[in-house]
Amino acid sequence: MKELLINKLKEKFQDFIEEIIDYSNELTFVISKNKILDVCYFLKNNEDLKFDYLVDICGVDRFKKENRFEVVYNIWSEKLKYRIRLRIKVDEKDLQLDSVTSIWKSADWYERETYDMFGIVFLNHPDLRRIYMPEEFEYFPLRKDFPLIGIPDSLPLPRRN
Amino acid sequence: MKENSLSNNQDIRNKIIQKLLEQDVQIVSEDPLENTMVLNMGPSHPSTHGVLRVLLKLDGETVVDAMCDVGYLHRGFEKIAENSTYHEFIPHTDRLDYLSPLSNNVAIALAIEKVAGITAPPRAQYIRTILCELARISSHLMAIGSVGIDLGALTYWFYTFTEREKLYDIFDLVVGARFTTSFTRIGGISHDITEEGIQAIKVFIKELPNILKKCEKLLNRNRIFIDRTQGIGKISLNDALNWGLSGPNLRASGSERDLRKDEPYLIYPELDFDVPYYNEGDTLARFLIRIDEIYESLRIIEQALKKLPEGEIISNDPKNALPRKEKIYTKMEELINDFMLVNFGINPPVGEIYQAIESSKGELGFYIVSDGSGYPWRLKIRSPSFCNLQVLPLLLKGQMISDVVAIIGSIDPVMGECDK
Repeated sequence: MKELLINKLKEKFQDFIEEIIDYSNELTFVISKNKILDVCYFLKNNEDLKFDYLVDICGVDRFKKENRFEVVYNIWSEKLKYRIRLRIKVDEKDLQLDSVTSIWKSADWYERETYDMFGIVFLNHPDLRRIYMPEEFEYFPLRKDFPLIGIPDSLPLPRRN
Repeated sequence: MKENSLSNNQDIRNKIIQKLLEQDVQIVSEDPLENTMVLNMGPSHPSTHGVLRVLLKLDGETVVDAMCDVGYLHRGFEKIAENSTYHEFIPHTDRLDYLSPLSNNVAIALAIEKVAGITAPPRAQYIRTILCELARISSHLMAIGSVGIDLGALTYWFYTFTEREKLYDIFDLVVGARFTTSFTRIGGISHDITEEGIQAIKVFIKELPNILKKCEKLLNRNRIFIDRTQGIGKISLNDALNWGLSGPNLRASGSERDLRKDEPYLIYPELDFDVPYYNEGDTLARFLIRIDEIYESLRIIEQALKKLPEGEIISNDPKNALPRKEKIYTKMEELINDFMLVNFGINPPVGEIYQAIESSKGELGFYIVSDGSGYPWRLKIRSPSFCNLQVLPLLLKGQMISDVVAIIGSIDPVMGECDK
């Protein structure tokens, strides 16, 4: 199974796969940022692979100078009964990324959550708003530089009369 | 002079008011039935199962468009996880899906064990499986009962809640708590199941089918109930996969995806059970599949109780598993290990894993990025309720307003899990 996947992807996207990680029997492909839409489209529509179920999208803050953020796509193939992960590195200076809502509808809320928590902007998303935090909140809570106790006065409290 | 200006002002004001009044009367709509109105439902509404807010755009009684607003119960569990050791995070998972805390405990324990590279001893795995299935039964009883109550079938709810109450007594007996169980430990479980507990479970699984039969007589062939659920809130298999539905909601649309079969964990490969599924994808199918799953869970528990092996309940791994309390008081080695584990946590190798279980709501997964320290660098909760809820606008479009509560009830969201 693993060889099939690696060969299929390498054949098509040789130059855009930066790294293949096989840890704890789970496959992760590190993909170039500008190729995410093409790779996802290929994975979903290829007859042999059919990765038709997007399980989750998740952001990671590595807190490094270069490529500070990562966006991890967790996808499942109903045909192969197999799960892989795609990982995109996102630099702090350019927080924009193509949205995959055109491929999997479920990406809608996952991307909103990633935007809410990390401030990563998904281009061409139909409705990119904050999902958990209030709309006027200025910070991104899951970034490592956001303190656990929160920032005083960042959330308006109901006023006393 | 002064009085004059005052009366002048009065005149002008009267003229303005007159003009505004005339304008107001002149609002004419060509067809009074073609207006849409926006109705706000929730966040504190008895049928939205928690603090879910739904905005409905209505044309008469038909829903034209809908939008969900979540986040009223956001407590930032992922941030808390990054700032607590792996052990410390287990109690927080009780508060995720508060209707089946035991399966959350098992999910987080399996994920941490996977990142640390250890496995629990067989007896612990059997007990975990039994408790997971009991949690599924308790959650499904709540789900089907609340569909009934949302449609006005109050008696049904009394039957299912009485059974749920018995289950909580069992949890009290076996686990030591009714709601906030925190039963699992890394590498095992907190304490062994007693003979009394096993007997209580045996009595319960023997009696439950009779009660369920009674319940089925009440609703499954009830004309009013079927008219209100059949063909309501339909979703096709393609849409369901595309929108990321999981668990019973996906299986009601014709998929057979069940992580207990597809990505086996615990002792499920050793047990014989079926995965029920329906092809209709409507509210009735989502209701019926939960009843079928309760029967399958009973089968699983029965087999697991029969095969329950003797032995340890927590792995003998001083670097990861907490030692038994009586040994901490009497032995030096165990005291040191306990001190190190409590203060610095387990130190799993650098890497990242994803471990999911089939919880009562769907695929409950934990994605853990470890940097080698005692604290997870990143812990992402893939909560099934969150993913199931985003399909709601699609289901609601074109339905009547009175069916909205039935559809929300049939999706069975838990806001504690959805909002994290």
